[in-house]
Amino acid sequence: MTPISFEWQWNIEYAVFFGLLYVALGLIGGGITFVAIRTALQVFGFMRERDFHD
Amino acid sequence: MKKANDHGKPDAGHGTVQHSGQKYGMVIDLDKCTGCGTCMVACAAENNVAVRADQTDKERTITWMNLYKITNGKKFPHTEVSYFPRPCMHCDHHPPCVSVCVATATKLDFNTGIVSQIYTRCIGCRYCQAACPYGARYFNWWDVFPQDKGMDRYLTPEVSPRMRGVVEKCTFCHHRLMRAKRQAYAEDRRELEEGEYITACTEACPAEAITFGDLNNSKHKVSQLIKHPYAFRLLERLGTEPKVYYLSSRDWVRRLADNFLPGEYEPVVNRTWAEDEWSTKPGRDRF
Amino acid sequence: MDSPLLPHGVKRCTPGVFFLWTLPWLALLAWGGLSAVLCLWKGLNQTNMSNVFAFALWIVFDLAVIGLGAGAFFTGFLTYIVGRKELKSIINTAVVIGFICYSGAMAMLGIDIGQPVRGWFIFWHANIHSMLVEVSFCITCYLIVLAIEFIPLILGNRQISKVKELRLLGHNLHEIMAVFAATGTFLSFFHQGSLGGMFGVMYARPFAAREGFYIWPWTFFLFVLSAIACGPCFTILCTKLAEFLGRKKLVPDDAIQFLAKMSGWLLALYMVLKTFDYLGWIYGVVPRAGLTFMDFFNEGPYGVWLIVAEMIFCGFLPAIILLTPAGRKSQGWLILASLLNCTGIVLNRFLFIIVTLAVPVMPFDRFWGYLPTWQEWGIGLAVIGYGFLVFSLAYRYLPMFPKETELNPLPVE
Repeated sequence: MTPISFEWQWNIEYAVFFGLLYVALGLIGGGITFVAIRTALQVFGFMRERDFHD
Repeated sequence: MKKANDHGKPDAGHGTVQHSGQKYGMVIDLDKCTGCGTCMVACAAENNVAVRADQTDKERTITWMNLYKITNGKKFPHTEVSYFPRPCMHCDHHPPCVSVCVATATKLDFNTGIVSQIYTRCIGCRYCQAACPYGARYFNWWDVFPQDKGMDRYLTPEVSPRMRGVVEKCTFCHHRLMRAKRQAYAEDRRELEEGEYITACTEACPAEAITFGDLNNSKHKVSQLIKHPYAFRLLERLGTEPKVYYLSSRDWVRRLADNFLPGEYEPVVNRTWAEDEWSTKPGRDRF
Repeated sequence: MDSPLLPHGVKRCTPGVFFLWTLPWLALLAWGGLSAVLCLWKGLNQTNMSNVFAFALWIVFDLAVIGLGAGAFFTGFLTYIVGRKELKSIINTAVVIGFICYSGAMAMLGIDIGQPVRGWFIFWHANIHSMLVEVSFCITCYLIVLAIEFIPLILGNRQISKVKELRLLGHNLHEIMAVFAATGTFLSFFHQGSLGGMFGVMYARPFAAREGFYIWPWTFFLFVLSAIACGPCFTILCTKLAEFLGRKKLVPDDAIQFLAKMSGWLLALYMVLKTFDYLGWIYGVVPRAGLTFMDFFNEGPYGVWLIVAEMIFCGFLPAIILLTPAGRKSQGWLILASLLNCTGIVLNRFLFIIVTLAVPVMPFDRFWGYLPTWQEWGIGLAVIGYGFLVFSLAYRYLPMFPKETELNPLPVE
């Protein structure tokens, strides 16, 4: 699953599959991190709470 | 000594081709097979195959070597019967089971041609069972251990027993290859002689209907037998490239080895067993 | 008794009645729990699966619920990426349905594999050439996305949203929902497709095998298309059932009609392509394997009627109904078309799973039949019980239908 795994091969198939997977995981993780940081900043008063439109 | 991961490929995965290695295969002469079932028993005994007290449920019994009975479908006195031993075909190049395994628990070793099954890796998803058209893969639906004291002594020490939840199949008695290689290494040899490594079913068959060896080695009998006009493989049209070949002088047997649309099948020999006792004629094995 | 937890301005039944409502679903969950314990403890011999039917009821249920739950990602795509504002009144429902479907499927899969504790091998020792690996990665990641999409809804509960930190968290999540929706769309496209690819790549099983484009058999694209064609219809059905049981309108017509029209067009496109696929298979793959179309339907209960049902009654017929405005606007015809559409996708999955395995490939092999055991039914039906329970709890305590108060104004006191 990672480049340090026994089965890992540096070829185009692994690159495409795990590349796309890590991009997707990165977006999810990045989004959660962004929200967590922003919420923390708003809770502790460093950032203004924005008007929420549904 | 730690070896680099060659991913089972003869060119060590680097694209530089070395010598092609062995391609172990089997030829089963259906004219000699009497249907005694010794191959099934020898296989089960050699490979510690789990045997339940009640084996009548044929959908869930484990028979790495499975004997089928086939008939030409004609009425008496033209009825003919044949027996069809079916081990794992160890398909070449692109086995249908290897590419679908989720956890890389089954691999085609390009150096020996054997399709291996790694029990400790298998998660039991059974996708390989769905993909295999030969029904050569078996799932352990139960945990079957020797119950009585001392009964575990009948187990072959070189073959690991499987717990429930994993898939298993014929391995061409891979442990015997390991044993033969160790022996050869101890005797300072690098090549195996013909007959040094044979499967349990090959050894046990009383009619000597099974021949096992290296298909790539022109000195081995199997590599000559596969060129016989009577040689055929099971479900060849699907493109699985099995390494198990069959011989039969009977066209109706050959017809049952694959699916044919009307008019597609071309007879090799248009005689039946009853009409011409082909196999007792002298010179039958010479061609 | 639980009125502080109920959303503002809505009517809900008494807690006692609600408890009575949950009893059958809890019973199903209990039956499923017992079945799961038996299967994990005693092994998969508790089922009627065999070396012939390696895939059986649970896999049919898995593929069916994942196909039906496709409304989540597709509605999310239409709402957040394409920007269809009218779907905001139904997106929460779609997310809840999707969450139920995917979490239920994952739970079922955990029981289905022979070694559940080794389930992580799919990720850690992945064989990237296997379609099932692709499926596993994508449905796991997508379940995470669905959970993230579900959280703001939970945080919107009346009492929870009083906590400033949680309210802020919910709002912030909601603001970047488009990122998650886009990622979810990408992941969903691939796993819906790979579920089809799983069967199309089995080149040694002529019933399932298909040709395709590069590494993707045509079943890859057909499964995605069928999922997005029927997913919105399943969302419509669940909404209509909630409206019927709650005796009130929950979603404005524009959202329902838009989803119905989308479904109609996608289903029509799917049926045309599926027809070509069947023809290509009947005249290409099948004769190359030395077989004819009728060879697959010689014996057993799995006859040609399945294909007729899949294509005509559950395919072209609902497509025609959904394409005609009069059909869409009539409640009865809309519900009928949605039911037929969803049945069609279940039939399609059933064909690829059960009939593929029932039909022998070797000429001297026999045809096998299969019926599930009560343990298998227990686990399959537990997902339905789980679905009803989660949906009911979400409907009761969460602001699932934003337009509910507008459509059902409470009398001024």
